Parts: sequence; C-alpha cells; structure tokens
Amino acid sequence: MPVIDLAVTPLRDLNSALHAIPPGPNDIAFEVVNPRGSHSVAVGIDAPVAVDVKGSVGYYCAGMNDGGSVTVHGSAGPGVAENMMSGKVVIEGDASQYAGATGRGGLLVIKGNAASRCGISMKGIDIVVHGNIGHMSAFMGQSGHLVVLGDAGDALGDSLYEAKLFVRGTVKSLGSDCIEKEMRPEHLSKLAELLERAGVKGVRPEEFKRYGSARKLYNFNIDNADAY
Amino acid sequence: MSYHNPYTPPRKSATFDDYTLAEIRRAAATGIYDIRGAGTKRKVPHFDDLLFLGASISRYPLEGYREKCDTTVTLGTRFAKKPITLKTPITIAGMSFGALSGPAKEALGRGATIAGTSTTTGDGGMTDEERGHSQTLVYQYLPSRYGMNPKDLRRADAIEVVVGQGAKPGGGGMLLGQKISDRVAEMRTLPKGIDQRSACRHPDWTGPDDLEIKILELREITDWEKPIYVKVGGARPYYDTALAVKAGADVVVLDGMQGGTAATQDVFIENVGMPTLACIRPAVQALQDLGMHRKVQLIISGGIRSGADVAKALALGADAVAIGTAALVALGDNDPRWEDEYRKLGTTAGAYDDWHEGKDPAGITTQDPELMKRLDPIAAGRRLANYLKVMTLEAQTIARACGKNHLHNLEPEDLCALTIEASAMAQVPLAGTSWIPGKGGF
Repeated sequence: MPVIDLAVTPLRDLNSALHAIPPGPNDIAFEVVNPRGSHSVAVGIDAPVAVDVKGSVGYYCAGMNDGGSVTVHGSAGPGVAENMMSGKVVIEGDASQYAGATGRGGLLVIKGNAASRCGISMKGIDIVVHGNIGHMSAFMGQSGHLVVLGDAGDALGDSLYEAKLFVRGTVKSLGSDCIEKEMRPEHLSKLAELLERAGVKGVRPEEFKRYGSARKLYNFNIDNADAY
Repeated sequence: MSYHNPYTPPRKSATFDDYTLAEIRRAAATGIYDIRGAGTKRKVPHFDDLLFLGASISRYPLEGYREKCDTTVTLGTRFAKKPITLKTPITIAGMSFGALSGPAKEALGRGATIAGTSTTTGDGGMTDEERGHSQTLVYQYLPSRYGMNPKDLRRADAIEVVVGQGAKPGGGGMLLGQKISDRVAEMRTLPKGIDQRSACRHPDWTGPDDLEIKILELREITDWEKPIYVKVGGARPYYDTALAVKAGADVVVLDGMQGGTAATQDVFIENVGMPTLACIRPAVQALQDLGMHRKVQLIISGGIRSGADVAKALALGADAVAIGTAALVALGDNDPRWEDEYRKLGTTAGAYDDWHEGKDPAGITTQDPELMKRLDPIAAGRRLANYLKVMTLEAQTIARACGKNHLHNLEPEDLCALTIEASAMAQVPLAGTSWIPGKGGF
C-alpha cells in the first residue's frame, strides 16, 4: 500500500499518483498521513481506488470523486466530496460547509455533524449525516437523497427541486417551497437501503420524516413573489 | 384688439417618453417585470467615441500588404502546463446549450475553428457536438454547475470560472420553461418545462480567499494542464482584476454592460454594471500595479463589433476580446430575411430580444426542432469565420497604420477621444488637446 506523507510530499504528487491509476478493476489502496488540513486532498479520482486519510483535511477533499472510496479519519473542511460523480466518501468526524455540494452520484457519509449548506444544489448524490446539519441545507437540491439522523437547521430545502430529504430529529424551519411529505413504502425502502450502506445500526426508517418540493415555484407567478 | 391663440403642438415628456409609458402599462397589465435577452440598449460611451491617430512624421506606418502584423495571442502562460495559442485575439464568449440550439453551438465551434480561435461553453454543460466541432474549447465553471463533471473538465482546453457577466453583475442565470426540452432537462438534472434559475453565487466558495482554494482544486483535478480564466462582470474592475490575479487566475475575462445575456430582467440589464469602455483601464492598471500585465492575460467583452473595436480594446491594454451578440448576428440572428415573422412576434429585425421565449425565427435561440432546422451549422459557421477574419484584417489595417507589427503593440498613445466622457474613461486625451479629465494639465 503506497503511503503518502503530506508533511514531506507535495500535494501534487499525491493527486497525480491517484490520476495515474490504469483503467480497469484494481485493488490499489493509498494511505495519506499528516494531511494537517491540506486542501484538495484526493481530488479528481477516476478509478476504483481506496484512500485512507489519517487526520483532518481542508477544503474540497475528494472533490469530483468518480469511483474512488475515500475515508477521512478526522474532520473535513468546506466542500468535501463536492460534485462527486460516483464512489463513496466517509468522514469519521464532522464536515464543514457545503458538504457534497452539487454532487451527482455516489454516497457521502458524515459520521459527525455537517455545517450549513450541506447538499447544496445536489444533483443525484446520496448523503447520510449521523449527526445534525446546519442552515440552508439542500438549497436548490435537484436530485438525490439527504438523510439526517439528528436535527436540521433553518431553511431546510429552500427552493428545492426534486431532491428527497429525510430527517429523524427536528427541523428548525423549512425553506421556501419545501414541505413535509407523505412517507410511502418506496421511500421507506430507499431509506433502509441508504442507512444500511451508510453503516447505520439500530435506526428504523419509520423514525424519519420526509421533506420535498411543493413545486409551487417551478414556474414564475407574480402572486408567489413573496416566496422568492 | 383680441388675442389669437396660435396652435400649440402636443408636448410629450422627456421623462415619461413613449417607451416608458408603454412599460408602465405593460407592468400594470401583466404583473411581471420584462425579461429579455442581449445587453444594454441605452447609449453609453463606447469605442465609437475613440479614434486612432495613425502615423505621421513622428511615427511611420507599415506597408499594408507586405509587412507582417502579427495577430496571435497565447493565453494561460502564468501557471498552465498547456497554454492555448490562438491565431486571432477575437474569441467566442460563453453561451449555453439550452439558451442556444445545438446547431447554433455547432456553428460557433465550426466558425471559431476555421478562424483559429476558441469558443466557450455556457450554463448548460458541454455537448459532444460542441467539443467535436471546436478545436479550442473553454469550459465554463458556473454557480449552477449544470452538467459539470471531471471528464469534461479534462477534455476542455481551458476552464473559465464565471463569477459574473456584464449584462447582470450580481445576477444568476435564467432559462424559462419553454426552452427546457428533454435534452436540456437531462443535461441540467431538472424536470422538463420548469423555469430554471441558476444561482448568482457559487455553491461552495465565497470571496477571493476561497476562490484561490477552488482554483487550486481545479488545477489539481486537471493536473495543472489547463489555463484557468476568471470571468467577472464590469462592476469594480480594478479590485476584481487584482483579486482574480491574487486567487491565481491565468486569464481575467472582463465583460462590460453591453455584453449580452440569454435572459434577464430588463431593469437589471439597463441599470447594473459599467460600460465596457470604463472597465478596461482600471483592469489594466491593476495588472500593471501587480507587475502582471501580459503575464496574466486580459480578455475584454461587451459590445465588440468590428476590427476597430478590437484594435481599440487592445490599444487600451487588453490581450484579447470576446464576442457574443455579434457572433450570433453573424450566424443569422435578427436577419431581415425573417422580417415577416419578427412582425408576428411584435418586433422587427434588429430589435428582437425575446431570446428566452424560444421562438427565434432564425433558429438560434430556440429548442424548437422545426425552428432549429432553419440554421445550417456549416453555412452559419462559415459566415462566422468570415466575420472573424474580416475583423482581424480590420484590426491589422489599423495597427499597420499606427506602425505596429503586432496587435499587442497598439497603445493608448495611438488613441484620442471624441468626448470628455470617453476621454475620462479610456484615459486618452480629448481630440485636439492633451487633456485627460482627472489627470490634470490642459
């Protein structure tokens, strides 16, 4: 297993090594030590490689991940797994703002709390947060699932499109055009699958409430102007 | 003797003119602000208010057809491993698939490629047709991130981080439901037929310090190969340019208020942002103050129409220009051949700006399959190439007359201004004087 020590190895060497993995099945695993809050750790992965980061990272860790499996044994700065295409990213600690922003696929698991704007503009990613999420999460979320085992902050799902939100705890407030919706069997089934994939034990899908778009702002109407 | 009161003609208000009155009535009737495409229509100081001095006893010209006047420009020399070199400094600005039809995007790629320049994606992602027909393609990185993915980042020739645009500095994108076809909806991960609102801020960074980290991420993802542009609307050009340089940009793109948009509120287009002419010198000054002029390249856009405009922008310190509206006109936008249909839409050729409605008779700003067929991408691409070549020749003609063997050798000293306003903005003397307002002396 290649071990990259970011205390002595430039970030460029790490990312270029991750980009140099040949196409096709492989079981290459990397370990990154001494990340010390470095930005852009393990970005642009486009192969099924595993990366274990031993420590906390700065901005955009695992950005645009496409098929990799990245685990951060610490906390993550803003924009972790932003625009992820596929693969899996696990944060053992907390995540800062914009976790999973604009993600298109894959699974992001945050075992601690996530700050504001978690899942902003999400476009297909699945996000499971074991703790709480901050305000304006899933803002303009277009597609995908955001699962929160704890509480959600203000303005959850503001200007939401078709992303589906599941919250087990309280929601401080809902954003414009976001409403609580009926939990149907297909939602319970999807939720059970997501909880299992995220390694959540002892929590039942029935404990969650579902939130989604009221779709009242999809086409402009002057009488809805107060909601914009 | 009785007084005879002569006829007094009706007097209309200059403040409440016919257009203003009609707008008040329209707003009262519909309850919605006017949305339209294109850039500002108000008259603002522009390149028309500048003149070249040409050669004289103190400067000698180059022979028109025998002495070379180079037009090449290389963009991205600061950090990128693979800077791009263009045969002409006239590039095609970002315009989205969605706002424009597929054939229109293809035509832009074809025309730019023939002319040896770049074209640019827009707020809708990169299409295969566009990539395939564009030898040099700049991939926009926008707040919406519609269609954004690392494969397209890597197959682009340059990346343009869009902070703002001249038609609406501080505003996001807008694509109304009637243009959201199945393909557009799929590319943007949105339901068909809804009004698409693009965010005005990026979702995962705010401010210049974050931008620096974002640019680092983009460079790491693309292995430091691609030039990274930062595009801003004409608002605070000195500070925006300085901050873009600080954040690590290879190229700054500065778009004045004459720059077009696919759809925005008319009140925004007409009342926010600065004229292109007012933006150039502060941006160049910022680059010079940082020792980065010609190291970080400056691309100017917003109302570029002719080789004279190109030459003037370059003389004021730009490295290249970008055209959008003019490129669409070259493709066939607002062509009088469709006058009967423009009339049916309540407008006339040359004034049609309801690009957001998707009913473009010329088949350019539409997703209607029947209207799209009207634009032959090969013929339209050829027209664009012709236009680009003519503009390049025009700029060379002027540069040679000023004794310059490269367009980049044009300088402010080659210019004078026709108006006090243009003199102040371009910081070149009022014609016949040595006076520049704000610079002292007379």
